[in-house]
Amino acid sequence: MNKSYFEILRPGINSTFQDLGRFNQHHIGIPMSGVMDKRNYLIGNKLVGNSNNISAIEFAYQGPILKLKSAKVIAAVTGNVTFQILRTNSNIEKGKCYETFELNDGDQIDIISTNKSVYGYFFINGGFKAETFWESFSINTRAKIGPNEGAKFGINQKLFIKNKENKFQKKRIEYLSSKIEFIRVLKGTNFNYFSEEGKNNFFTKEFVVSKLTDRMGMRIEGPKIKNIFESNIRSEGLIKGVIQVPGDGNPIIMLSDYGTIGGYPKIAVVISSDYDRLTQLTPGSKIKFKSVELEEAENLYKLYEIETKSILNQIK
Amino acid sequence: MIKNITNLGDAALYCDFGNEIDQETNLNVIKYFKNLKELKIEGIINITPSYNKLIISFDQSVIKYENLKNKIVDLKLHNKENQNNKLIKVPMCIDEEFSLDIKRLSEKLKVKHDQIYNSFFNKEYYCYMTGFIAGMPFLGDTKENIRLNRLETPRVKVPKGSIGITEQFCNIYTYESPGGWNIIGNTPVKIFDQSNQENPTLINPGDKVTFYKISKKEYQNYNE
Repeated sequence: MNKSYFEILRPGINSTFQDLGRFNQHHIGIPMSGVMDKRNYLIGNKLVGNSNNISAIEFAYQGPILKLKSAKVIAAVTGNVTFQILRTNSNIEKGKCYETFELNDGDQIDIISTNKSVYGYFFINGGFKAETFWESFSINTRAKIGPNEGAKFGINQKLFIKNKENKFQKKRIEYLSSKIEFIRVLKGTNFNYFSEEGKNNFFTKEFVVSKLTDRMGMRIEGPKIKNIFESNIRSEGLIKGVIQVPGDGNPIIMLSDYGTIGGYPKIAVVISSDYDRLTQLTPGSKIKFKSVELEEAENLYKLYEIETKSILNQIK
Repeated sequence: MIKNITNLGDAALYCDFGNEIDQETNLNVIKYFKNLKELKIEGIINITPSYNKLIISFDQSVIKYENLKNKIVDLKLHNKENQNNKLIKVPMCIDEEFSLDIKRLSEKLKVKHDQIYNSFFNKEYYCYMTGFIAGMPFLGDTKENIRLNRLETPRVKVPKGSIGITEQFCNIYTYESPGGWNIIGNTPVKIFDQSNQENPTLINPGDKVTFYKISKKEYQNYNE
């Protein structure tokens, strides 16, 4: 019996296990879920020497305080995150993102906050012990799917770890995600349901990310997008990045824990290469939408993948 | 058959089977879904059947929109629409604790409570799709005398197990969730079970469903 674990001294705001998500279960109503910011997830796993089907802890705004018991681990934090390490000899070390560090028996990591961004990630070599549901560790708190009975972490809980013995090696990269100026989108399947003025406003006016934003969706506020055709459609499939506009004219962008079926018209879909940075926008952020064509979106995704690969290749 | 294929964003195909919502159209959607599921075309990461649409999402690093579209257009279908479909009998309690919107329905439709239930229970329903929340079945069609729009303001929390009707459709809330359907009863049966990962959903697209009335006592003592 492996007795190595982290005790949660403070759970943080929305701390869950996430990985690359759940595939091929849309037809029974289970969305992909998975990390909101894929690039930061890939970087962290590479730093600590994990493959990509290993779960990380994702946190939003404020992360957890975790105390390590009966183990020694190689760890890393990614994102734009302030954190510190409390050693058993009472020393406090300021944490640095994008580099590996060692945690010993009794050490604590206090993830204080994300800066000008929403999500951050904590990784350990070997990963956490958890049951997979449909081959994924991702927790979807809205649908109560995944390990930990589909719930976010609570205080005093124990997160058991695989405790893989590995020689510590310092690994680091220089990385800071760039801010996004425009959210690039492709026109949605119901684009023509909206008034000329509504469509025009959508692509020229500024929108503000509202507080009603979570892993399921991002509500944005701005000029109302008027529907001139029909504000309900027959319910049909959804994917992340779809922008629906209900009758009240306020767009909602579907994020990773989306409902698999929805009945509001789709004005646009966020392109895949912009998704990571979209999810990092904090409430109050101002955004503008820019229309691109399919071929451009495909090329931008190719570029996004090349960039990701070249960042990962810097980690030796 | 598929009337039109377009893109939904840069990583999904939007297959339109027409505007009609009926079993024939839906059986076509399900046939495509089952064929595609079996074929396991590389790069496809999710297939979402609904009343009259099929959305196929894919991994752009494996396959591109045009390539996948061509594969779907050239797809040779095998007859699968009627395989493994079941009839499921769902117990339902209509005690006033559970029938949250029966009064509203009765007033708006000008139909008495027992007539609404009479119409509701004397019908075999067809499952068009499952989704929105995990395992939620979208059933139809209800008899014409009990059709009404959804609530003007949706409830923030609809209790788990609630059975609701709207327009010609009926569904069962597998979890507590927000929702705007007219709730007329509740079932003690587990419609979705994540601990059974092989067969988590009791009701699947293409299945038939009937409801039968149980008392509150039977509801409370219900054991699966």
